[in-house]
Amino acid sequence: MRISTLFYVFRQGVRNIFRNKWFSLASVATMSICLFLFGLFFAVIVNFQNIVKAAQEGVSIVVFFDYGIEDSRIAEIGDLLDAREEVSDFVYVSPEEAWDGFKGDYLGDSGLELTENPLADSANYQVYMSDVSKQAELVEFLESVDGIRSVMRSELVASTLTGFNSLVAYVSMGIIILLLVVSVFLISNTITVGISVRKEEIGIMKYVGATDFFVRSPFVIEGILIGFVGALIPLVLVYYVYHAVIDYITIKFSVLSGLLAFMPVEELFKSLVPVCVIMGVGIGFLGSFITVRKHLRV
Amino acid sequence: MKDNAARSRGKKKTVNSKEVIVFDNVVKAYSTGAPALNGISLTINRGEFVFIVGDSGSGKSTLIKLLLKELNPTEGTIIVNGQNLNKLRRRKVPKYRRNIGVVFQDFRLLKDRNVYENVAFAQRIVQTPMREMRKNVPSTLSLVGLADKYKARPMQLSGGEQQRVALARALVNHPPIILADEPTGNLDPKNSWEIMKLFEEINEQGTTVVVVTHNKEIVDAMQKRVIALKKGVIVSDEKEGGYVDEN
Repeated sequence: MRISTLFYVFRQGVRNIFRNKWFSLASVATMSICLFLFGLFFAVIVNFQNIVKAAQEGVSIVVFFDYGIEDSRIAEIGDLLDAREEVSDFVYVSPEEAWDGFKGDYLGDSGLELTENPLADSANYQVYMSDVSKQAELVEFLESVDGIRSVMRSELVASTLTGFNSLVAYVSMGIIILLLVVSVFLISNTITVGISVRKEEIGIMKYVGATDFFVRSPFVIEGILIGFVGALIPLVLVYYVYHAVIDYITIKFSVLSGLLAFMPVEELFKSLVPVCVIMGVGIGFLGSFITVRKHLRV
Repeated sequence: MKDNAARSRGKKKTVNSKEVIVFDNVVKAYSTGAPALNGISLTINRGEFVFIVGDSGSGKSTLIKLLLKELNPTEGTIIVNGQNLNKLRRRKVPKYRRNIGVVFQDFRLLKDRNVYENVAFAQRIVQTPMREMRKNVPSTLSLVGLADKYKARPMQLSGGEQQRVALARALVNHPPIILADEPTGNLDPKNSWEIMKLFEEINEQGTTVVVVTHNKEIVDAMQKRVIALKKGVIVSDEKEGGYVDEN
């Protein structure tokens, strides 16, 4: 294949977009609407997961040591925790820190008068988990470790968060699949209508002796470009809509600011941009490839 | 029919170098009705000018579709330029078609491209280098008398001019065969004659020309070989014949 032929095929693909501007506009609009809805939903899901994850990370289990335990054993237990995958972080709380914390939380200024530490045996590790669903497993492990007196945890919070996370994952997967099916249907319909009009053109090319590749390539390039533009437009829209919505919620519902851990737009777009572009280009490619194939048997 | 098929498969058709189109006992039947072509055998030699005439339903269109490998024969063998079309694989069809310049009644030009692009399209398909294309396209347009209209779109041209563009597209790659399906069907008498004169000139340069037509006046006047079809059968084949009036 000559390079000039490749250039020609590419140029024809670009020209086709302008020659059939109404079809191109309809395709870009359909693709944009589908991917815009997808982008919005993607943002909502990712934020839900982010909020749930932040809540999960706030759930800790507290590990109390045996009375009179050696510092070296506490350090060894620390090493054991460090080796566990489901542990995201753990903090050593000394009896003094525990007492200071208690005084600050419950006694206020009256606590200043107390000089003896009633929490002398309350040194502990506060353990934070990356995956709360594995809480029971971790607790079982810790209870079997020498030097640990007791493990405090909240099973209700852990199971609620785990359940909520699974629910969000299932619902989001269902809606994304539904959106994808609708998108592919709408886009392939638009392409079918567009290409039916050009069936005669494809027939002429075939009679003159054009190969399937030569006939199909401009259509495929056209599909890819339409898919690409159809992905960029909703990305720009989602960017501004996302900003606006987050600003609105943060201002109007400032009370919930501690609970709502929104994902920064840059972080969201790190995954949304490739997903949308791959979807746009992929649907454009497949849609045109499959639809042209129907008309190639001349 | 099964016997015929077996016979045509068993007997290997030999083709001499002069023969460019050979139909050997060709039958084409559709799913319903009588066969469109029923046992056609004909040979067209290199450099011949042949008219194929016949009423609607005589099988002319089917014959053209078979020649373009748009359809496959139900029975019999078709050999074009030494290639057995029965054995030609689908992916080889584009290359085969490049050896046949086709001209249709309805011109079949790419409406969104100008005259130059329509003719150049045939050259692009065979991957002619750009430098050669820039020489070949204008010279072919000059041959059909349209050198000054290379920028015009098909819709800006008369019927006769559009047919010349189609002819230029068919000629530009110098195919050994030109196949024309009712090329004067949409033209007035003056344009019809001009197109036929062009076909004659091309034929004089050695190209085999096959014209399917209804135009009695032209067939009678040109005194070329005339093959007449009726209900899928050849009813006459005359070397310097006239239009066969079937009524």
